[in-house]
Amino acid sequence: MFGIKKSLLVSIWFMFLTFPLMVIRVDTIEKTVQWRWMNMVYVGVGAFLFSYVWRFLLERKAAGSAVDAPAATVKERFTQRILTDPKMYRPVIAIVLVGAVIFPLIMDTYQVNIMVTALIYVVLGLGLNIVVGLAGLLDLGYVAFYAVGAYAYALLNYHFGLGFWTVLPIGAGLGALFGIMLGFPVLRLRGDYLAIVTLGFGEIIRLVLENWNEFSFGPSGISNIPRPGFFGMAFDMHSATQYLYYLMVAMVLFTIFVVNRLQHSRIGRAWMALREDEIACQAMGIDRTKTKLTAFALGATWAGAVGVIFAAKTTFINPASFTFMESAIILSIVVLGGMGSIVGVMLAAFILVLLPEYLRAFSEYRMLIFGASMVLMMVFRPQGLISNIRKKDAYKRSSDA
Amino acid sequence: MDYFWELFFGGLTRGSIYALIALGYTMVYGIIELINFAHGEVYMIGAFTGLIVAGVFSLMGFSGASLLVLAMVIAVLYSSAYGYTIEKIAYKPLRGASRLAPLISAIGMSIFLQNYVLLAQTSDFLPFPALIPEFDFMEPYIDYLGSSELVIILTTVLVMIALTVLIKFTKIGKAMRATAQNKKMAMLTGVNVDHVISMTFIIGSGLAAVGGVLIATHIGQINFYIGFIAGLKAFTAAVLGGIGSIPGAVLGSLILGWTESFATGYISSDYEDVFAFCLLVLILIFRPAGILGRSTTQKV
Repeated sequence: MFGIKKSLLVSIWFMFLTFPLMVIRVDTIEKTVQWRWMNMVYVGVGAFLFSYVWRFLLERKAAGSAVDAPAATVKERFTQRILTDPKMYRPVIAIVLVGAVIFPLIMDTYQVNIMVTALIYVVLGLGLNIVVGLAGLLDLGYVAFYAVGAYAYALLNYHFGLGFWTVLPIGAGLGALFGIMLGFPVLRLRGDYLAIVTLGFGEIIRLVLENWNEFSFGPSGISNIPRPGFFGMAFDMHSATQYLYYLMVAMVLFTIFVVNRLQHSRIGRAWMALREDEIACQAMGIDRTKTKLTAFALGATWAGAVGVIFAAKTTFINPASFTFMESAIILSIVVLGGMGSIVGVMLAAFILVLLPEYLRAFSEYRMLIFGASMVLMMVFRPQGLISNIRKKDAYKRSSDA
Repeated sequence: MDYFWELFFGGLTRGSIYALIALGYTMVYGIIELINFAHGEVYMIGAFTGLIVAGVFSLMGFSGASLLVLAMVIAVLYSSAYGYTIEKIAYKPLRGASRLAPLISAIGMSIFLQNYVLLAQTSDFLPFPALIPEFDFMEPYIDYLGSSELVIILTTVLVMIALTVLIKFTKIGKAMRATAQNKKMAMLTGVNVDHVISMTFIIGSGLAAVGGVLIATHIGQINFYIGFIAGLKAFTAAVLGGIGSIPGAVLGSLILGWTESFATGYISSDYEDVFAFCLLVLILIFRPAGILGRSTTQKV
């Protein structure tokens, strides 16, 4: 009974709250007002149900953390076992790989194109994961480095006729350079300041690209960017997409390899230590600035490289592709996937890119759902879809001793 | 010289609006050390509510000053309600979590609210009626100070005075200051910290709504995206003055307003937003605590 009364109150409160924006729409020129009373019903019912789910989840979360901790670990162990036990994960990886190889052969160009986009976001997510997930630095201007890579390819190609393969390392290098240039002064700042400065930086890059017409051709962008070549072979539309697809698969595999190796290396452990406790970390003799800077530069490197691929894929770029929303999408991939978890980030990238592609009607609500899921994720499952497993090194006595 | 004064008052007007928004950031940060990313959206919602109220009541025959007051009061009411609800949903369950969690939740909230307004209203720019009448006595000064600018500046001054009185002399103000200094100690002396936090959100959001309605009627158009840039700039202003400090937020806002006004007036108007962000980056590099902020050493 108490629950129903509470939910009713919540429902009334939300109806009050959303009343002007949801119901009334005024046209100040025509001087007409449109009343949409039906929306009130939706909000009321929605809020009523929502408050139930909300309270149920909150109670479960409180119970989960307090009483039955063992039950939670058993459940956790099942998902973790798939990820850690070679007998479980090897067949899964094999199936995914085979699927990835034959995918473009059985699907049409449109599908392959979407998949390339999804893979681009996978790499971007994994790159940002180094910065946010491993090192714990909230970077809200990640898209700036992506833009640097894309514009590097477009401009170098336009002015000097440089090819894709020449620019790919240059784009990556430029990304790293910008990462260091930005990171050097601002990494001394505390987490939340860093977030704002990187956000500002991303906006500065975009605004400069938009306004500096002589350099970047302004809002009209650059078109006719060539697709990547393969020893001078000419491709038709379909095989060019296929080629790009395999290129992205290789890129993803390479990224996974590098991130995986980095994670368990000396520098990777330093990042995680820094994320957990900066002061303790410094006391252990880790150079804070240098460690943060490597994370920042490495993350930017991936963005730069993927930017080049993005420019080659779309063959046209303009500043509108590099807005803050793009950064937010990449960030929500990392957050939803579970910060620091490679599998989680990949899963989240596929969900966030493919779902709206296949549910066209739903794409209007995409950003709304992004925002809501970011909040809900932080409230109910801060560790993400698949939480990162801490590698534990236990001292084992050798059996013959 | 007229051009200089025009820019000067333009900057002052801008700075006043920034100050109204920046206070919300700085008060919330002072109490729970959180950058309330959704604050810009509260300002935007305030402006939209003002537009809707003005539209509906102008059809009922209201006009002029009474319409302005009505729009403002309802906008403040609604923005405060939004601020209160945002805190309850997105921040309260996260108290005691890591620093990153509430920040991400705040960004999510900001994206959500933007798209909520986009879907519930429109993505286009909506014309906002000019609610502030042209005063006759302002005629000689019209070249550099318009009536609406005068109203904005005066309203801001009044609001600042009221806020100072509230914080210095009332019980809730005292509780706020105590909570900002030491949350645990305040709790021990019987301050209801949850209530104080809610009040901070309510007051901050109300101030933002005042700014939202005033600037919307001054500029004459709004859309769902105005909160993002305005929020970012107001935050810049708060950091500039030293986040957590109320006089600092006002000072920072005025400096930012003048910088933008003079830079766009004398250098180039294409890079208006770039100046603000450059200023932010420079301040954070050379004086991370801001102009009036005290740098604190973290003790272990």
